[in-house]
Amino acid sequence: MEYVLLALLVVPIGCAIVFTLIPSHYSQLTRYVALAGGVAMLVLSLVVFFAYEYESGSGLRYELQWTWLEDVGFLQKDGITFFLAVDGIAAPLVLLNGIVILAAVLVSWNIQHRPKDFFVLLFLLVSGVYGVFISEDLFFFFFWYEVAVLPMYLLIAVWGASSNFGTFTRTKEYGAMKLTMMLVAGSVLIFVGIFAIFHEAGAGTFDMTVLREIKYDEDFQKWCYPLFMVGFGVLAGMWPLHTWSPDGHVAAPTGVSMLHAGVLMKLGAFGILRVGMTLLPEGADYWSPALMTLGVTGALYGAVSALAQNDLKYMVGYSSVSHMGYVLMGLASMNEIGVNGAVLQMFAHGVMTALMFTNVGAIYDQAHLRDMTQFGGLAKKMPRHTAFFAIAGLSSLGLPGLAGFIAEFHIFVGVFRAEYYWAGGLGILAAALTATYILRMLARAYLGPFNERWEEIKEMRIGEQASGALLIAAIIAMGIWPAMFVDRIADSVTNIPGIS
Amino acid sequence: MAHNWEILAPELILVGWAAAIILADLFWGRIGKEPLGWFAALGAFIAGGVSLLWVDDNIDFNGLIDINDYTTLFRVFFCGTAGFACIASARYVKQKLLHPGEYYGLILLATVGANGMAAAGELLTAYISLELLSFSLYVLTGYSKFDLRSNEAGLKYNLLGAFSSAILLYGIAMMYGVTGTTDYSEISAQLSGNIQDIEPAMLLGLALIISGIGFKVAAVPFHMYTPDAYEGAPLPITALISALSKSAGIALFLKLFVQGFLPIVDDWKYFVAGIAVITMAVGNLVALQQTNIKRLLAYSSIGQVGYLLVGIAALDVGKPDAASAIVLHMVGYVFTNLAAFVAIIVYYNWTGREEIGEFKGLAERAPFLALCLTIALFSLSGMPLFAGFATKFILFQAAANNDLLWLAGIASFFSFVSLYYYLVVIREMYLGEPDEKTRFPTPWFEYGALTILIAGVFFVGLYPRPLFDVVDTSTDSIFPPVASSNVQDVAPQP
Repeated sequence: MEYVLLALLVVPIGCAIVFTLIPSHYSQLTRYVALAGGVAMLVLSLVVFFAYEYESGSGLRYELQWTWLEDVGFLQKDGITFFLAVDGIAAPLVLLNGIVILAAVLVSWNIQHRPKDFFVLLFLLVSGVYGVFISEDLFFFFFWYEVAVLPMYLLIAVWGASSNFGTFTRTKEYGAMKLTMMLVAGSVLIFVGIFAIFHEAGAGTFDMTVLREIKYDEDFQKWCYPLFMVGFGVLAGMWPLHTWSPDGHVAAPTGVSMLHAGVLMKLGAFGILRVGMTLLPEGADYWSPALMTLGVTGALYGAVSALAQNDLKYMVGYSSVSHMGYVLMGLASMNEIGVNGAVLQMFAHGVMTALMFTNVGAIYDQAHLRDMTQFGGLAKKMPRHTAFFAIAGLSSLGLPGLAGFIAEFHIFVGVFRAEYYWAGGLGILAAALTATYILRMLARAYLGPFNERWEEIKEMRIGEQASGALLIAAIIAMGIWPAMFVDRIADSVTNIPGIS
Repeated sequence: MAHNWEILAPELILVGWAAAIILADLFWGRIGKEPLGWFAALGAFIAGGVSLLWVDDNIDFNGLIDINDYTTLFRVFFCGTAGFACIASARYVKQKLLHPGEYYGLILLATVGANGMAAAGELLTAYISLELLSFSLYVLTGYSKFDLRSNEAGLKYNLLGAFSSAILLYGIAMMYGVTGTTDYSEISAQLSGNIQDIEPAMLLGLALIISGIGFKVAAVPFHMYTPDAYEGAPLPITALISALSKSAGIALFLKLFVQGFLPIVDDWKYFVAGIAVITMAVGNLVALQQTNIKRLLAYSSIGQVGYLLVGIAALDVGKPDAASAIVLHMVGYVFTNLAAFVAIIVYYNWTGREEIGEFKGLAERAPFLALCLTIALFSLSGMPLFAGFATKFILFQAAANNDLLWLAGIASFFSFVSLYYYLVVIREMYLGEPDEKTRFPTPWFEYGALTILIAGVFFVGLYPRPLFDVVDTSTDSIFPPVASSNVQDVAPQP
């Protein structure tokens, strides 16, 4: 089984190498290889998810540890190891990545401009995401984290699209540069945090299973934890450091937006949980009111901003900020049900935001326009597209039976149980605002009288439909059978010190 | 007195080879300019290979030089660097320069100087080696005879260099006055004793030595010549200055401070740390405004020296980990920088352009070059998969481990700043529309050199273990044994 984890890294990197070897005029071959790679990753992810045995005691599964550097410089035995493992928190996120990458490949089928280079970078990105979820060594954790950020600049700047707002333009270069610089700035804090932890631990190793056993000084925890909270928080879209997210996601091509909003932002929240809260529980406890406040603010601010957008993609972008705010609230509750909810929300938001970006991409490809006030009654011409968007939207606003409800319910219970009544109340208000902007969007663009201007518009392409169907399957699966996820997650959340 | 001359074989080969090239150019004009470059590269590689024969400690010439693992590592490294510089020069020299024989001869002689700096066991030998390196580079910088910028650069480099050499020499004299010796290990022994009453002279000497070497490695505020020298010099020589001169300076800096000045580490630790901070700040911030690729890389290389100085500041008694981290980072940096320069040289040979804005659309015209340059720039900014990430991580962690977490934080911050200006170049290459659509090929030799260098960048980035082991062994060989009782005397004051 441990080699399945290795395969999660080998498949995307192998595909990236294969792409570079395919001559650039065989672009159709590139696409088929990408599809095969995407299917392979989904299958491997499903295997990891379902084979994960949650009943046989908590802890890591499928450990694979290879020495990378040891006994040189300041490193002692097992100084830096290539250490792969999953726990119950990582397993659903691995599955999420598998689902979203396949969906992204299907959506990116019609990329005409240098498809080979596009898929190389996309698969590199995916390998980075997998690497973060399954690395148990702090060095490699950060290594893969940066690998996931590395290709973003080119992916957005080369294949993205600029937005013209009439009075001003947000160019794709701007979005790409802003995203890259803000994420790397966050990495600086993480970098420093890792240095500090390694030095403080004095164990001469970056192995997180060893670092976890060490009791860090309380004062140290108090000043070190914010480095991780803010550093990873940037990627998690934590208010007020979220501003890269709408601009970057809007500028990016559809497939990249799906991966970035759907999976990459989860790396931030996962980092807070895996590195920050697990290694520094007292620091996490001390700073949890701050995290809660920022999370609630993000949830409300994102929802209010989404309400003000006419551009469909900006609306989805701000809704991501809002939903990631819930994730942070769940983490800040510091109790089992809340943190469970945070992880559930990572999965739920990942699939539903990917679905929303698929839909926005589908309409933009045909209309070259994303302003919802310019549409109207599109349901007549694009019934499936409308249905898909509606399902994503309803999940997002927390309709029971769909993924979003399960996650948000857990989070709110956790938040109230932690006695943050004000935060819980405001969070529910944000959920109500979500309902407003989603229904407003559906009413403006898809329902109501048909706008004759769009007589030529057609149903979304088969690839996009397949991608949508895959994501909807995940949304519904989680909505009607959450136990499948909760069992796995709860198994590991109870293991985290400081979680009550 | 019979000396063991054979331990100097690599240097003798280099000198002989240089003479042979100059004579060949003089008497056998048919050989052509390009083959002469390849021939020079061959000589450098042979010398590097021969230096592998001495991997054990070997001190001779009354301790003036010692040939140990440290020296061997640097000999191989310097010879390799010179070899790649010669390969990269071949077409450039053919198209733009006169007198190829002297050109390659001087590159090989500069390598001899660099080797001497790593091998020297006492201050005067180090000084003479440094001068040999510097003088070769002064001439090479001004080598483009009809180019005003090159002349200006050569003159400026020469004048400022001479000035800084004088400062260094004065520092050496001060140190001799304080300790009565120029031998590193004897200096160390003297400094471990009671030096209260001569402390001002010692501090002055130390400051002068740091300034003198700081000039060679282009640390701020002794960096003023760098951008002009980089911009004016023929491109391959820019590459050579950024790689060879810089790393030789660091080799000398490291060995001298480890073997000679470690007992007084408290006196220079924060001095060097301060220089590191301003070097990183000036290098990276000024680089943001550059429009010429050579000046950009000049300032970026200043920034890189800042990171290396972070490592020097982190040196401490009995802790060789920072030393090995410095050398590791330097090797990664040189690989990366050479790759960047080879790519730029190929582009320059085809188009004669060196403004950043003129790199637009390179990805369309020469995808391989654009890819290599992108990889090199990402590596310089410390992105993973490439050398820069692993080596910077280890270097900064070494600083953090020696209670310089704040310095590691500043270094990480400036490393982040640097990403911006590298991305600007990458943006031009991938987003700009090229003026002409014609593709141009990369010549075979340059293609091979780039492939090897980029492979090295990946190797250091993905599996640095073999290299790190070698580096660790080599730096251990210059570190004085810890067991001596002097260690206790110089423990940091509370």
